[in-house]
Amino acid sequence: MGAFLMELWAFMRERKKFWLLPIILVLLLFGALLVLTEGSAVAPFIYTLF
Amino acid sequence: MRVLGVSAFYHDAAAALAVDGKIVAAAQEERFTRKKHDSRFPRHAVAYCLREAGLGLGDLDRVAFYDKPLLKFERLLETYLSFAPRGWRSFLTAMPVWLKEKLFLDRLLRTELDAVAGEITCDPWTKPFLFPEHHFSHAASAFYPSPFEEAAVLTMDGVGEWATTSFGVGRGNALTLQADITFPHSLGLLYSAFTYYTGFKVNSGEYKVMGLAPYGEPKYVDLILTHLIDLKEDGSFHLNMEYFDYCTGLRMTNDRFHRLFGGEPRRPEAELTQREMDLARSIQEVTELAVLRIARHVRTQTGMRNLCLAGGVALNCVANGRLLRERVFDRLWIQPAAGDAGGALGAALAATYGHAGTPRTVVAEEADGMVGSYLGPVYSQQEIEGFLNAQGYVYERLTDSELFDTVADLLAHEAVVGWVQGRMEFGPRALGNRSILGDARSPKMQSIMNLKVKFRESFRPFAPAVLEERVADYFELDEPSPYMLLVAPVQEVRRKPLTEEDRRLFGIQRLNRPRSDIPAVTHLDYSARIQTVSKTTNPQFYALLKAFEAKTGYGVLVNTSFNVRGEPIVCSPADAYRCFMRTEMDALVVGNCLLRKEAQRPLTADSDWRKDFQLD
Repeated sequence: MGAFLMELWAFMRERKKFWLLPIILVLLLFGALLVLTEGSAVAPFIYTLF
Repeated sequence: MRVLGVSAFYHDAAAALAVDGKIVAAAQEERFTRKKHDSRFPRHAVAYCLREAGLGLGDLDRVAFYDKPLLKFERLLETYLSFAPRGWRSFLTAMPVWLKEKLFLDRLLRTELDAVAGEITCDPWTKPFLFPEHHFSHAASAFYPSPFEEAAVLTMDGVGEWATTSFGVGRGNALTLQADITFPHSLGLLYSAFTYYTGFKVNSGEYKVMGLAPYGEPKYVDLILTHLIDLKEDGSFHLNMEYFDYCTGLRMTNDRFHRLFGGEPRRPEAELTQREMDLARSIQEVTELAVLRIARHVRTQTGMRNLCLAGGVALNCVANGRLLRERVFDRLWIQPAAGDAGGALGAALAATYGHAGTPRTVVAEEADGMVGSYLGPVYSQQEIEGFLNAQGYVYERLTDSELFDTVADLLAHEAVVGWVQGRMEFGPRALGNRSILGDARSPKMQSIMNLKVKFRESFRPFAPAVLEERVADYFELDEPSPYMLLVAPVQEVRRKPLTEEDRRLFGIQRLNRPRSDIPAVTHLDYSARIQTVSKTTNPQFYALLKAFEAKTGYGVLVNTSFNVRGEPIVCSPADAYRCFMRTEMDALVVGNCLLRKEAQRPLTADSDWRKDFQLD
């Protein structure tokens, strides 16, 4: 996780998008919850955009 | 400089290995797992590439992944934010997989590669990964293997991180992208929207739309250009997002789009009507128009005489053929694995030349670095016979000359023959090493192959493989098309004029009228998707075509991929035998072994095999 956060910081500096930080942190908190559930990304009628 | 390139987690997962810039091996994961468009990490393909090169992961200098995950995540978040609160369902669908896996791609790649290291018993990969941008990977796959010292490069696809269309210049080992068009404005996604609307599967049915187009009239071109896409003279474009659902929903098009074209999308597998054909023709014409304008702009901006193409839109061989005919550039080279599988190759080459600065030498203006795209696994004659003997399958072992003569004879008598030779092809086309072959002169061959061999829609056209030196005898094309990526008309003298009765027919009814002396490979509009076969790149297939020519006077055969609908192209002799027995193919050739259908015992316990493959 430490390496990921460092990489994220470097990315935001490069792209000058610090405003993404709070969103990503909140999402990561959600992510911690989601790890406990089985989510799937099935989207059969759409080009794989994500 | 030993570099492994990987593409995965979105469309076609693949691996490619380059040593000092020479492409040693490349393969798609689907060929090993037998799951079409398999997007999981390509463990089997990576293991194969390493085996082929005789290397372990610890021997590599670089490992490159074909796009930048954080940049893609940025695009996702900004898109969701800009459309919020619409798009929450798509957001909730996308986030779990990102927060669990894709955001931590570095860790995911390492875990997967460790598993490969365990399987093939080699040292693990311990150094950092490289992440070239998605369109840079495409551009690298287009320029570096091309036969050009310098060229313009154009990439067009659905979307990578942000870019959907980009162009630049390659010179020696340097490649620079100069400009791009970004998401959600995408030529690939526009085409995919029509793929969805006409009832085909997105990201695999696009070539069906292209094949359907000649049956229709371009009735909707004005509607598309007025409402959906603002296409400028310089080829730049802007989509009207009021008609599309892909930014916020789980469909490509929305109700406003459906109202514009007068109805709901066609249901998958429902009967095709003239409306779908007209829609297909219209979007094809708009795509060609856009590609031509973009190419002209790229020519003006770069001043280059040669053009390299990649990205999924570059698989639109009708547009490619038009680009060639209009002579926007003097020469055109298209990466045969132009889709995301080719991204693995591009990533490996970007790391080799761009990152490591390896010098690049172009061998000859005629020869590219793809070696015919025959970059996959090969099975020796000993392995083939070992397999056939172990299974107790009945076969004849023939010498080369006996083989070519016998198979040419079978083909000349309208037999359908499965043909497995040498290394498997990389990319979506079978180019004579994992192919099903037939007689192009036969008026009933298209119908037999579609309905009894491939089990696919009857409107689908077949492509010719022709002796390179005779291409101009059959088609209005005077240059090689080794990767089946150019469409050109059948020569005027070979065409059969339409009768008054023929002219009154519409849509699919027009299919069964022979249109030339090679009807099985002549599409409705007298076009053909051509593969030229050269003695240098594929001596076996060339020799077979020569033998067929000696018997019939025709140096041309029907060449379609060795699979049934929904199945990945066969890789091993076992895959080939299974597919052979499940269809009405008459004979199978693997290496120098000939297997005749009538000599085989029927497969037992295989009655439900179609459940194995999802229809594409």
